[in-house]
Amino acid sequence: MTDIRDTLLVAQNSEGKRVLRPLSPHLQIYRPQISSMLSITHRATGIALSIGTLLLTWWLVAAATSDSAFAGVQGFIGSWFGVLLLFGWSAALYYHLLAGIRHLGWDAGYGFEIPRFHQTGYAVLIGTAVLTVLTWIVIAVVA
Amino acid sequence: MARQPTSLPPTAMRSQLGRVRGLGSAGSGVEIWWAERVTSIALVPLSIWFIVAVIAHLGADRAAIARWIGQPVNTVLLLALVIATFRHMALGLQAVIEDYVHGELARMVSLLVMRGAAWVLGLASVVAVVKLAF
Repeated sequence: MTDIRDTLLVAQNSEGKRVLRPLSPHLQIYRPQISSMLSITHRATGIALSIGTLLLTWWLVAAATSDSAFAGVQGFIGSWFGVLLLFGWSAALYYHLLAGIRHLGWDAGYGFEIPRFHQTGYAVLIGTAVLTVLTWIVIAVVA
Repeated sequence: MARQPTSLPPTAMRSQLGRVRGLGSAGSGVEIWWAERVTSIALVPLSIWFIVAVIAHLGADRAAIARWIGQPVNTVLLLALVIATFRHMALGLQAVIEDYVHGELARMVSLLVMRGAAWVLGLASVVAVVKLAF
């Protein structure tokens, strides 16, 4: 034993033999389920949004710097690649927002019953799709 | 660490109260967990406000953006959004790094680089907002 944490992993089996408690199985062992898929998507969208902060910072700094710098960032945002990124980030933001509210519900002790758990999971997916499409319809109309 | 059964007694030399308080070698408890929740609650209204504001300013020129950011309410909300975003991001990425980056050195370097980037991007955003506002 090299670490105090190791002691928490040690247990005895029914024959009194000292064994290590099992760790979580690897992802590949489980059949994909709505619960695990939504969980990993929450993390993936969080990472994607973290990368998106680069654009937020670029946009703010460019706006504070000069007309040409601002034109540069606006040109990037307006390009097909920029629009594609923004579409992805908008979907990721809505997903992370809705799934985050679901997480806060759990933190407060609500929504753990399996039927409710699945309902809220599908609600997050449907809500993400609806809000993303709605946002881009509004953008298309305004622009 | 070697993951083999040992001959030591299964009881750790640490009280249950100590475990619950989480006051381990890092000397801190559940503040990180709380900070992630508090920033997430703040970001619910702030990010919705920001999305609406961005759509309302599609195609606006730099002067119009500066005017909008210059209104005190918008300055405050935008600074709150930026600070909560980068704090929340750093906490979330910390959990990801701690889960997936193995090895003491690699983990420490990843955390330092990530936190450094979060600070620099966050400060740059704050300075930009303040400069636009005044």
